[in-house]
Amino acid sequence: MIPIILGITLVVAIFIQIAPGDPARIKIGNEATEEEYQALRDEMGLDDPFFVRYFRFLGNALRGDFGKSFYNSRPVMAEIFQRFRYTIVIALLSVTLAVLVGVPLGIFAATHQYTIMDNAAIALALVCVSMPSFFFALLMIRFFALTLGILPPSGITTWQGWILPTLSLALGFAATITRQMRSNMLEVIRQDYITTARSKGLSEFKIRYKHALKNAIIPIIMIVGGIFGMALGGAMIAEIIFSVPGLGQYTLGGLTGRDYPIVQGSTFFMSVIFSVIMLLIDLGFAFIDPRIRSQFARRRKRERVS
Amino acid sequence: MNDNMNDNILEIRDLVVEYRTDEAIIHAVNGVNLVVKRGETLGLVGETGAGKTTIAKSILRILPTPPSKICGGEIVFDGEDLMQKSESAMRKIRGEKIAMIFQDPMTALNPIERIGAQISEAIAQHNKIKRYEAENRASDMLEMVGIPMERYNEYPHQFSGGMKQRVVIAMALACNPTLLIADEPTTALDVTIQAQVLEIMQSLKERLGTSVIMITHDLGVVANCCSSVAVIYAGEIVEYGSAVQVFDFPTHPYTIGLFGSLPKLNSTEPRLKPITGLMPDPANLPTGCSFYERCPDAKEQCSGSKPAMVEIEAGHFVKCFRDGGGE
Ligand SMILES: Nc1ncnc2c1ncn2[C@@H]1O[C@H](COP(=O)(O)OP(=O)(O)OP(=O)(O)O)[C@@H](O)[C@H]1O
Ligand SMILES: [Mg+2]
Repeated sequence: MIPIILGITLVVAIFIQIAPGDPARIKIGNEATEEEYQALRDEMGLDDPFFVRYFRFLGNALRGDFGKSFYNSRPVMAEIFQRFRYTIVIALLSVTLAVLVGVPLGIFAATHQYTIMDNAAIALALVCVSMPSFFFALLMIRFFALTLGILPPSGITTWQGWILPTLSLALGFAATITRQMRSNMLEVIRQDYITTARSKGLSEFKIRYKHALKNAIIPIIMIVGGIFGMALGGAMIAEIIFSVPGLGQYTLGGLTGRDYPIVQGSTFFMSVIFSVIMLLIDLGFAFIDPRIRSQFARRRKRERVS
Repeated sequence: MNDNMNDNILEIRDLVVEYRTDEAIIHAVNGVNLVVKRGETLGLVGETGAGKTTIAKSILRILPTPPSKICGGEIVFDGEDLMQKSESAMRKIRGEKIAMIFQDPMTALNPIERIGAQISEAIAQHNKIKRYEAENRASDMLEMVGIPMERYNEYPHQFSGGMKQRVVIAMALACNPTLLIADEPTTALDVTIQAQVLEIMQSLKERLGTSVIMITHDLGVVANCCSSVAVIYAGEIVEYGSAVQVFDFPTHPYTIGLFGSLPKLNSTEPRLKPITGLMPDPANLPTGCSFYERCPDAKEQCSGSKPAMVEIEAGHFVKCFRDGGGE
């Protein structure tokens, strides 16, 4: 987890180093004298060697200080926390929706294999996974906001504002989960232990939802972790399309304005969030799958012994 | 007639089962007739791919469909044709009246359910009893197969192969079935555990009076615990009789070949003699006798048509032209 965060921040720092554009010049404008300009560069620490800047950022970040925006001098940390609420809500909503739709739909498709309903579900899912979410976003704005006029095309002033950003993201994820769930289910149904369950005289319902479903859903948990990561990224893009004042807009603003503290701060923050989620997923995995759980237990025992 | 019905716990008549895949139709079982008498153990022997497991799963009607299709035949259990039963009537028979021990203990248990729960589930399914009663009975079953009941709450991966096999046996016996189908219950085990497992099954059989179909490659197992034997080749029974008849007077060339491939302790021959050649591809069976290609005694007649089953002495049946299968 820590190497991942270090790696990401290092890459971002390198990009900032080699990217064109001069924040001091942007801030001070073309009228300023050479002395004023140089004084500002010193104040912003732009001329310090690369590693000095990188470790200064890292040291501050670990103490919870991402610095201040170059232009409006507001602390980046506070701003991130305030804006992240939008991003996380959109990501969470869309992943939840995707799971709620994708898992049952996948089960349905699997249990109706070779029927029209299965083929329809699979064709639809294929279309939805192949299309980028911003494309859905634009289609939805066109249809729900402009043609029907029932949902706002941008901004979050009422609760309806959440619907389109969430939906546009959820569609692709739901399709991914549907496809995965279907193939897991078909795979599990063929296993010997399902035949064993059947030979005990269990009802088809119990076989399906007690024995097959639990086994089929374990890999889905892993996938949901990955999807959540994508959802955070996707939410940032959706925010830009739907003018939601979330982290995505903030970071984009930071990028175009060469506002390095914002860029570094938000990538650091996102990578921490992402790593924490991955860790939680791993723990959830261990909680559900007894095979992994006992691996953990064994390791702990070994550590205690040594 | 009625007497006869009651003597036989299971009668299979002209069973035909196919697997229909995209590439081919696999003729796995081709007109099998079998009888299991009440309380006896019938050995079903034959090499790999002969159709043994397919027959077993047909009895319980748990073949995977698709690709499998039961194309014909009757399976009469306790006087009733299982083929005519509804799915819900079959569910009452599975596990309760007919139980099966599966071939591969490594994959037969649900990896994420506690083994105790997997046993008690079968008990609870067929008995209207409280949950804790089912659990108590499941613990008893575990003890009976020699697994301490403290391990009730463990998962399959925490058990060795032999212990898993015993769990599978405990599960199959949990409801005191009338008929037990044991599909190679010992093949996955090493020799010492093999003996233990057979012993457990034998003692249970004596206590509960269960009839058993013992599927195996292992003629030693047959010799030890079966009262009659059916030899299956390419989805057909080629020889059937009491254990004494088949062991002491093997008659079909395939049976003779099988017994020839059994190493004898006091044998002067340096190595065992496997039957040369392979079983015909079940997707592409010959029109004549299916053993024709490998038969040391093959005649012209054998490639043209199939021999019929003939009773060469009381209760000893053989399917070979040499023994009058042409008439
Ligand atoms: N699900 C399936 N789909 C297609 N063909 C199958 C399927 N199951 C079995 N078969 C084929 O049916 C034939 C009989 O298989 P079966 O499992 O009954 O053999 P067996 O006698 O139990 O062999 P073994 O001793 O190896 O267990 C084989 O040719 C096998 O390839
Ligand atoms: Mg088999």
